Amino acid sequence: MTVQAIVIDDSSAMRMILRRIVTKLGFEVDEAVDGRDALDKLNAAEQVPDVALIDWNMPEMNGLEFIQAVRSDPRYSRLTLLMVTTESEQSQIVRALAAGAHEYLIKPFTPDAVAEKLEILGLTAGV
Amino acid sequence: MAIASTDFNYVADLVRREAAIVLEPGKEYLVEARLLPLAREVGHTDIGQYIRHAQQPANRDQRWAIVEALTTNETSWFRDAAVFEGFRKELLPRLLETRPAHQPLRIWSAAASTGQEAYSLAMLLTEELGISRKFEIVGTDISRAVLAQARAGRYTQMEMNRGLPARHLVRYFARTGTAWQVDPQLQRCVSFRELNLAAPFSGLPRFDVVFLRNVLIYFDLSTKQTILRRVRQTMASDGWLVLGTAETTRGIDEEFEHTRLGGLTAYRASAEAPLELTRRA
Repeated sequence: MTVQAIVIDDSSAMRMILRRIVTKLGFEVDEAVDGRDALDKLNAAEQVPDVALIDWNMPEMNGLEFIQAVRSDPRYSRLTLLMVTTESEQSQIVRALAAGAHEYLIKPFTPDAVAEKLEILGLTAGV
Repeated sequence: MAIASTDFNYVADLVRREAAIVLEPGKEYLVEARLLPLAREVGHTDIGQYIRHAQQPANRDQRWAIVEALTTNETSWFRDAAVFEGFRKELLPRLLETRPAHQPLRIWSAAASTGQEAYSLAMLLTEELGISRKFEIVGTDISRAVLAQARAGRYTQMEMNRGLPARHLVRYFARTGTAWQVDPQLQRCVSFRELNLAAPFSGLPRFDVVFLRNVLIYFDLSTKQTILRRVRQTMASDGWLVLGTAETTRGIDEEFEHTRLGGLTAYRASAEAPLELTRRA
């Protein structure tokens, strides 16, 4: 079964970069421009994606608020959450993990770094 | 500018002589990519000019820089997750069963590069053993430059991104400026030393596990045989060898037996091998 991902970032360039990387890994990819847009897409989706790649700083519902919203809704209990952000302070990583993020990747990154984070999360194409 | 064949041959001979590493024709791109930064450092924009500069008798340091540049390979934290899972779930419990609790586990990261494998093992063992069991990890490499970074335990953000789980980053590293510093307690369990795998080993203790991953592929058959024989001599009689996922001892050294342990293939000296080794040593 194909792994489904949603990339949540207000930068269209970053969405394109992540879409390309994750598509190359064999995932199906949807996009959202911020946390609110992502929640709307999750609510409307027939099938919840397997993984969300989430920016922190977004104008309408930031990444941390999105994680908190998803974690409080049992419909999304199987959604894996990977924060992908420029926020690189140790205290912020701790905050994101405490809120329910499963992994954390700091921008800038290489395609290999994305693949390795997804591997840590047990997500490989065809699983 | 493409490297001339005479320059490539000089570099290939140098690296083979100093490190027994084989650079086949077709690797010209690798030589260009690795040597261009060195050339620029000493004011050359042309690889050929730089190689002729390095050939001058007084420029031994440049010749060594060339060897280092071509023997340094990309690395990442917990590289090949299945290997670390196999070690944690299968190999480590076997080791703990067969060794007295007071005896520290000794592990060799034999192509340590900038230290990610050695520190990954240290993190894994800290998580699994807590304070109940001591362990020592020795990392070796031919390159002084990578060993300096490994000893310093200091990594850039880009290096930290490569396969390190976030909970490990938070627990075992501290941010210092734009870099990350390994926790001093973890650092105390790991030491690094210079070692050329293609030359006789000296001063190494007996190891319970040897990680020799993704390095044999660079050597010719007779050098691989010599390295594996010497590695066996550094291993405890019931110790284990871990190779890269695409590597094997089969067809090279038949005195190793292999065992599949989860996602890990581990090798140990066959029962007959230790006596024969003693006579050889």
